[in-house]
Amino acid sequence: MSNVFMGMPTLPVFGDGNLHIDEPFPDAAHRELGNTQMRANLRHATHTIRDKRLKVVGELPDWEELRDAGAAIKNQVMADLPAMLEEFEKNFTARGGVIHWARDSHEANKIVADLIREQDTDEVVKVKSMATQEIGLNEYLEEQGISAFETDLAELIVQLGHDKPSHILVPAIHKNRTEVRDIFLAEMPNVDPNLTDDPRLLAMAAREHLRRKFLTAKVAISGANFALADSGTLAVVESEGNGRMCLTLPETLITVMGIEKLLPTKDDLEVFMQLLPRSSTGERMNPYTSLWTGVTEGDGPQNVHLVILDNGRTAALADKYGRTALNCIRCSACMNVCPVYERTGGHAYGSTYPGPIGAILTPLLTGIKSEENSSLPYASTLCGACYDACPVKINIPEILVHLRGEDVDSKREEKKLPSQMDLMMKGGQWAFSSGKHLGLLEKALPLGKLAAGRDKKIKRLPGIAAGWTQSRDIPAPPAQSFRDWWKKDHEPVAPTPDQEK
Amino acid sequence: MSAKEEILSRITSALRDAPAPEPIPREYRVSSDMPEAELIELLVDRLEDYKAHVDVVDLPHLPATLAERLKDATSFVVPHGIDAEWLVEAAPTDSARLRTDAPGAVLSVTELDHTDAVLTSSAVSIAESGTIVLDGTPNQGRRAISLVPDHHVCVVPVSSIVRLLPEALPRMDITRPLTWISGPSATSDIELERVEGVHGPRQLDVIIVKGL
Repeated sequence: MSNVFMGMPTLPVFGDGNLHIDEPFPDAAHRELGNTQMRANLRHATHTIRDKRLKVVGELPDWEELRDAGAAIKNQVMADLPAMLEEFEKNFTARGGVIHWARDSHEANKIVADLIREQDTDEVVKVKSMATQEIGLNEYLEEQGISAFETDLAELIVQLGHDKPSHILVPAIHKNRTEVRDIFLAEMPNVDPNLTDDPRLLAMAAREHLRRKFLTAKVAISGANFALADSGTLAVVESEGNGRMCLTLPETLITVMGIEKLLPTKDDLEVFMQLLPRSSTGERMNPYTSLWTGVTEGDGPQNVHLVILDNGRTAALADKYGRTALNCIRCSACMNVCPVYERTGGHAYGSTYPGPIGAILTPLLTGIKSEENSSLPYASTLCGACYDACPVKINIPEILVHLRGEDVDSKREEKKLPSQMDLMMKGGQWAFSSGKHLGLLEKALPLGKLAAGRDKKIKRLPGIAAGWTQSRDIPAPPAQSFRDWWKKDHEPVAPTPDQEK
Repeated sequence: MSAKEEILSRITSALRDAPAPEPIPREYRVSSDMPEAELIELLVDRLEDYKAHVDVVDLPHLPATLAERLKDATSFVVPHGIDAEWLVEAAPTDSARLRTDAPGAVLSVTELDHTDAVLTSSAVSIAESGTIVLDGTPNQGRRAISLVPDHHVCVVPVSSIVRLLPEALPRMDITRPLTWISGPSATSDIELERVEGVHGPRQLDVIIVKGL
């Protein structure tokens, strides 16, 4: 297929960076489940945050109305994205900011590194940002000889521990206080050797460690939670004040943001600044929110840049069933309520975006055929807790099912032969298409009983069904089906006139 | 094709089959008529929940209250637009403790780091979420002064308190650098338990002033 037709690129163009998983989810999950300390830490943390979230959400009589508005605003943004991006650019530029556009992670990383070099420095401070995590900015800068210091406490724990984030809001959620203390003692220069695992003291140690960096840094890098099209304003939502430090003190500020972060006007903040803090940290409001519009003379950075990133977002937008995944505001409520995430942890998902939203967003950004990403839509019980918790009502279970379908179709195309799954589905179709068929099949129930043997458990199923019995037994089927029992146990009732019709 | 042109054309092509969006339902609360006393009570409750210290005073008592809150600071900074009347007890005219930050006479980051406290006014406050908004006008100053000192004393005029966020946004000039503050600096990064005091001011004292 030619990609020069009318100068249009071949679509969709998928994203790259820290999005491709190299191990199928079931294998990674199996390994992670063996880490009992991590499971205990996650259970404690996710249950704490669930309770907090429910309490502050319950305080608002109009929570559902806010969710409805949030979902509708985001849908409108996506439908009108080109015009809104142009409007944002015009306003941000008019107030002294500079906009850069990046098709993919390589382009974004290079733009940022070049901007840093212009300032004659080889050190930058960073505010936690999912976009820069996704594009692997820190790794790229390191190759270029530039040190990037993460300043969010959890990101600092991950960076000092040579670890990977496992949660989008609290990247070190898999570590407990004692493990954090041990990392600080081993990796933090000039740390008090008598440091205890009191979270307050650990936070103080981080303050001491980063203070000098904040006060002397020439360049800061941030993400953005929201961008207001009609004013050219950017917003960062945070807790610790590391964000304010980075957004206020250095002379140069470089922000990296996905195309989907826009909101039409400042009035829309009234919806999202109620939805986001309550959904993410379970607080009525996060301690600090900073908003800036280009450059303000005499206040804050005077050299202000914004990199607007595609990296597969347009591919996600092109998926008519999956595009609402871009409405995500990265609150992490879905992972905090997910029974799968709670047990496997975020590392098992292999991508920057773990949990239910990651299981749809990652394959949407990279395409379902990328490496092992096709295993992600199966990382769910489809229980729907994520959909209920989502502040912008992304129907995650529905998109998971859609992506499973994409996966099956793409594998069928490759193999050209019916798979075990196809045969099972065909069998199921036959069995459930008429009561007679099902009745015939039920005659085989005693066979199952036979297979179960004396302990009345089936321990191993054949073929792809083996996955089911890998970690659990199936109880022996009963000697007779429900329908048989009903027929024998109940006198036939004369049909009512209604039923006769 | 430039990166911008290419991305915009990818978006346009991705949206070819997109349905027209539904109108936005705005059925949530956008106004309230809470009496002043209850507004104050709600704001105090929320701020104290965040571990901020709160005083509620009449305007004539503001100077004495400020002096009390700032008594342990060996130095404090004020933005140039702060009302001099407020400071008559905290910093008599010849006080060496007082540092004024003004356009053309700004304190360096190092000087701010060696200043114990900061006193500012505020633009608007949201009672329901315990949020105080600073907008950089002359009695609030540039962002760095309310960030670097470890102790922030913030004056909240009662006339600037609203109940709901939708009532507060029309009072904000969105193109000014805005800082929304809900309690002292805090983190939930260790086991998702909130701990106050990280990089921002670790101590937040709020003085709600009636008659202002």
